[in-house]
Amino acid sequence: MTSFSARLLTCGNRRLWTGLAVGALVFLVLVPVLNLAVPVDSALHLPNYMVTLLGKYLCYALLALAMDLVWGYCGVLSLGHGAFFALGGYAIGMYMMRAIGSRGVYGNADLPDFMVFLNWQELPWYWFGFSQPWFALLMVVVIPGALAFVFGWLAFRSRITGVYLSIITQAMTYALMLAFFRNEMGFGGNNGLTDFKDIFGFDLALPSTKMGLYLASAVVLGLAFLLARFIVTSKLGRVMMAVRDAESRVRFLGYSPTAIKLFVFTLSAMLAGVAGALYVPQVGIINPSEFSPANSIEIAIWVAVGGRGTLIGAILGAFAVNGAKTWLTGAAPELWLFLLGALFIIVTLGMPKGLIGLWAQSKARLFRRSAVTEEKEARHA
Amino acid sequence: MLKLVLALVALLVCSPAYADDFAGAVRALNADSFSDKLTAADTLAALGDGRAAAVFEAMADGRLYATADGTILIEQSGSYRDAVSGATVAASDAAAITVNNRLRGALRAAAGQLGLLNSDPVIRQQAAESMLATPNPDAADTVRKALAAETVPAIKALLSQAVARLDLADSDPAHRLSAIAQLAASSDPQVRGLLQPLADGDSDPQVKAAAQKAVSSIENRLGLIGIGVNIFQGISLGSVLLLAAIGLAVTFGVMGVINMAHGEMIMLGAYSTFVVQEAVRALLPPDYFGLYLVIAVPVAFVVTFAVGVLLERTVIRFLYGRPLETMLATWGISLMLQQLVRSLFGASNREVANPAWMTGGIELIGGFTLTYNRVVIILFCLAVLLALAAVLRWSRFGLFMRAVTQNRPMASAMGIPTGRIDAATFGLGSGIAGIAGVALSQIGNVSPNLGQGYIVDSFMVVVFGGVGSLWGTLVGALSLGLVNKLLEPYAGAMLGKILVLVAIILFIQKRPRGLFALKGRSVEG
Repeated sequence: MTSFSARLLTCGNRRLWTGLAVGALVFLVLVPVLNLAVPVDSALHLPNYMVTLLGKYLCYALLALAMDLVWGYCGVLSLGHGAFFALGGYAIGMYMMRAIGSRGVYGNADLPDFMVFLNWQELPWYWFGFSQPWFALLMVVVIPGALAFVFGWLAFRSRITGVYLSIITQAMTYALMLAFFRNEMGFGGNNGLTDFKDIFGFDLALPSTKMGLYLASAVVLGLAFLLARFIVTSKLGRVMMAVRDAESRVRFLGYSPTAIKLFVFTLSAMLAGVAGALYVPQVGIINPSEFSPANSIEIAIWVAVGGRGTLIGAILGAFAVNGAKTWLTGAAPELWLFLLGALFIIVTLGMPKGLIGLWAQSKARLFRRSAVTEEKEARHA
Repeated sequence: MLKLVLALVALLVCSPAYADDFAGAVRALNADSFSDKLTAADTLAALGDGRAAAVFEAMADGRLYATADGTILIEQSGSYRDAVSGATVAASDAAAITVNNRLRGALRAAAGQLGLLNSDPVIRQQAAESMLATPNPDAADTVRKALAAETVPAIKALLSQAVARLDLADSDPAHRLSAIAQLAASSDPQVRGLLQPLADGDSDPQVKAAAQKAVSSIENRLGLIGIGVNIFQGISLGSVLLLAAIGLAVTFGVMGVINMAHGEMIMLGAYSTFVVQEAVRALLPPDYFGLYLVIAVPVAFVVTFAVGVLLERTVIRFLYGRPLETMLATWGISLMLQQLVRSLFGASNREVANPAWMTGGIELIGGFTLTYNRVVIILFCLAVLLALAAVLRWSRFGLFMRAVTQNRPMASAMGIPTGRIDAATFGLGSGIAGIAGVALSQIGNVSPNLGQGYIVDSFMVVVFGGVGSLWGTLVGALSLGLVNKLLEPYAGAMLGKILVLVAIILFIQKRPRGLFALKGRSVEG
């Protein structure tokens, strides 16, 4: 245990731990204080909707982190991560549907409203167990994980790499989207799952529940960040990056890139599932459009904007892009797609390392300049 | 009542006083009470004179007039003619013969039956078709009479079917048997519906057996037609997929560039068609409107070719060798193009009309119609494929293109301007997508999201068929189209599509480079 905690401690330098502490201070202390303790009429007061919005961004950041792990560190550009996110969301959504009980529009204690509407007589078998919170929480990671494991095993085993993998992951999420649109699937069809009342006994309409969900998102993001950091600094993480940079060479050295990619892909899918499960109670709805290929590609751009191959970059990117989206879709909706499109082009052409890379570049330039001037001054002196 | 009168007057039909009967019956229409008028109409109908149809139509429309001396006149756009002799007359004192709704209904039905005896074959055919669709036992004799007099084979066939239908309800088993024998050759689901009750429980065992046999043979035929329809639809869907994918086979297959904006090139082609259509409508006389589609093909090609070259020179050429980045950048381009079109043309669907020569279709056998627009698209798609194959194989540009693909430094050393060839190749792929847009505008909505629907499918086609092989693309598109349509009746449209996607995902495991994979060391690079 001591060796583990020592290993955990050494997975980051002092800067990382300070950064994490500052992050925790802002998200876990400052935000709740500004929301709860500061009076409503004060300029510093953080309104409730902002808390939910931040909670949403935290979920996106977790999703971006999952994407970064598999793309930034392992070189597997999955264009189907939105599917894992949505599956996690559906798992928790099914629990919340069951938790409605007889308070639905039709007052049927055994069946969710949409099944009553479709004239179904009994619950499909795959809905059993979802009335138990622990089962639903388990499924949040098991279902995306299992799908990713099977899909990844099939794909990596036959050495499908690069764009081919991207295209078939895209086909996967597209097929799932079509499937979930069908009413016969038993997941609410077009409308998805909504009208949730409470989660684990807490009323979803209450600000305190929203604050709780927000805090849970922040804590989970922090833990996931540590886990990811732990992995990428481990020996496994180095092999991951080696697979990304020269897969054949890694194979010839005696490692199994298939196993490594499969591990990262599955883990990443589980994290995406958790992100979805935290997201759905905060927005109050999950429907098949979450599976749309466009959503999955957008995740890639969050990571690319922030800087792929850096964990903090993924989080930063998710916040930056989604912040811009919220602001711009409100201020000038027709400009948003132009900006998003331009972002894709600018990031791939001009800043391959994202915002983090830009920061590092400018710092290096600054540093180099100061070194040069110092040298000049020294020569002059 | 009509039947009774028909039977009574059947003798009179052959009587020498034919013409006088007609004149008298027409005159009788100008009776005082509606019931007398109805009786007169029945009498007139029973005469089976073709001229009566015009009288009934006119009377039902309120265009039948009577002069003071009892002459009956038909009014047609302001002029009057004698209902019996047909001579144009001046009528100053004519008064309209009033009708009520009951009378109007009887008149229209009678006119329909009399249509069977009309001298114009077109009207006879219409009347026969309506008789076949709604068999009326009261009209049995008229139909038989019409059948005996009929000379046109097509109408004769229709009429004999109508008679057979009426005979099915006959009380004489022999009549029923001969009717069944006649109907068994049909491939109409309605006929099967007519025969089914007889097959289920006719009093006569012989009739019952014959009906059962007839039903099963009709069902077999319907099944075959169903398969034929599915195959046609499958080829049609395959040709649409192929059109969408050919351009991708160039950009992805030959250049290795994942162009996520490919669907938007299709969309731009469709909007070019729309613009050309509006221009033609505004500038050329309406007779030449159908030509707009012919003009749209080169216009769409030029527009999307230019856009493609522009993209290649400004964005894509900096990303060669970085396929994942290319994918993201072109996705960005696709978003911007969509929003651009949405800002210019609005978010709603634009209407692109089918020119006259593409509407309609040929009906082969019962319920199996080859619509012209689908047929044209299938032919057009093959023409595009062949033209592209010819360009790649025989033209100087095609030679350069293949040289650059196979060995860039060597091609460059031989003096081939590789950069310009890259741009032109990308432009060619985009241009073909634009042409596809022209075709797709004819069968679907033209909206800014048009391309989105095709992007996943066309990638599937290229990946399935094998990257870099035009024939692979052809086979891939056709087989995906066929499998999709053949699955549809059993699994439904959505589930069929899902099954196909899953099948492709599994297929790629076995043949990661598609059906027609390029072989050789350079492929592995």
